[in-house]
Amino acid sequence: MTGVRSLGVVLALAIAPAALAQSSTADEIAKYRAALQDGNPAELWEIRGEGLWKAPRGPKQVSLERCDLGLGPGVVKGAYARLPRYFADADRVQDLESRLVWCMVTLQGFTPAEARKNPFGNGSAARSDLEALTAYVASEAKGVKMDVPLDHPRELAAYRVGEKLFYYRGGTHDFACATCHGEEGKRIRLQDLPDLATAEGARAAYTTWPAYRVSQGELRTFEWRLYDCFRQQRFPELVFGSDAAIALTVFLARNANGAPFSAPGIKR
Amino acid sequence: MMRYAKLGGAALVAIVVPGCASAPGDERSAAEAAAALHASFRPAGQVGLERLDQDDTQRACSAASGKPPPREVAAKIEAANLATVRYPADGKLIGDWKNGEKIAQDGRGKQFSDDPAGPVGGNCYACHQLAKSELAFGTIGPSLYRYLERRGNTVETQRYTFAKIYNSEAFAACSNMPRFGYKGILSEQQIKDVAALLLDPASPVNQ
Repeated sequence: MTGVRSLGVVLALAIAPAALAQSSTADEIAKYRAALQDGNPAELWEIRGEGLWKAPRGPKQVSLERCDLGLGPGVVKGAYARLPRYFADADRVQDLESRLVWCMVTLQGFTPAEARKNPFGNGSAARSDLEALTAYVASEAKGVKMDVPLDHPRELAAYRVGEKLFYYRGGTHDFACATCHGEEGKRIRLQDLPDLATAEGARAAYTTWPAYRVSQGELRTFEWRLYDCFRQQRFPELVFGSDAAIALTVFLARNANGAPFSAPGIKR
Repeated sequence: MMRYAKLGGAALVAIVVPGCASAPGDERSAAEAAAALHASFRPAGQVGLERLDQDDTQRACSAASGKPPPREVAAKIEAANLATVRYPADGKLIGDWKNGEKIAQDGRGKQFSDDPAGPVGGNCYACHQLAKSELAFGTIGPSLYRYLERRGNTVETQRYTFAKIYNSEAFAACSNMPRFGYKGILSEQQIKDVAALLLDPASPVNQ
């Protein structure tokens, strides 16, 4: 763990903005990401997640290998590219993270609070099993075309709510998702911003989460991405697995349909 | 916050979205979205759930879904927000550009992770080019480099600049720029200082 974190520090220093001319910064970061794809530290989370998936755990001492992620019990391959979706047993649209919690509760016998513990990791002090499991399942969808369904009325309703939330202004600063992610070719400071309301922008962004964040030395999930965007929007704290989190995920994942899934990625 | 609530009630109550020709399904989605939001957040740090409650400007701009609102709606938004601008009682519109530069660089404030005691910045560089020496600037807003040369050093420019920072929606309905004075993000003195960053001939913005 310490090794990974100090690696992150070294890499972060290696791309200090001052060392790079502004116009080429995005190119340099792209090159740097490409160079790291061979040795993405996200693999450490994927390996740990695979172990967690297959190990007998919880009061019932069973593995998650009977967990149905939408393609049948135990089918992991490609599942992430078809989520979120409606699950009849839960009578809810679920993203991967909320589906994992569901399986940990119903199959393994964890309490919901235990299953949701540490949704976002914080170094070795608080490792996140959910992030590791998400990294593993996501890695098993690499190269699979995004194919998020809107066939069920609840899926369609979630998409429409997600779209409304994308444009919902609030808080002290009047920020909505669309404030920063509603126009092509814009930046905050030096960070390029995708236009997430377009297929092109959603594909480029959604298919690269979860991702190893070099600046944090952590693997981060899409739920984390939403959580931290809302923090910066000056909104209150987004509840893990909440309706708003899932509706926005449906909106963005569906907009990315057709693109090959390529996460876990690596980001600054 | 008290002041904001009072102003909100008095000045902004008049904005309506006339003939917002949305389908019934669309209105249902909006209602569901509002319900989903309120059930999906919890208070944290200095941020309570009231941050999710929209005022009339936020509601009208959200309904426009990222597009410019209809012209008559835009005119109402701008008039209502212009009425909220409180110019300094001492008549002085320009402060200290050096402090303005610090405010422009500082992105802290009002997040649940921030110290409620401050400081609070304006984070102008997140979206605007200002001093030429700062290369890490965003592009959501226009470049403000050489603002003085472009706008002219007149009392009208000073009044416009103060008011634009105080409440950007007074001049551009559904602007992406926060309403720094009206929403109590920056103090009157901080707004004067940022205005100085733009308008003081000695400011690096004008070099």
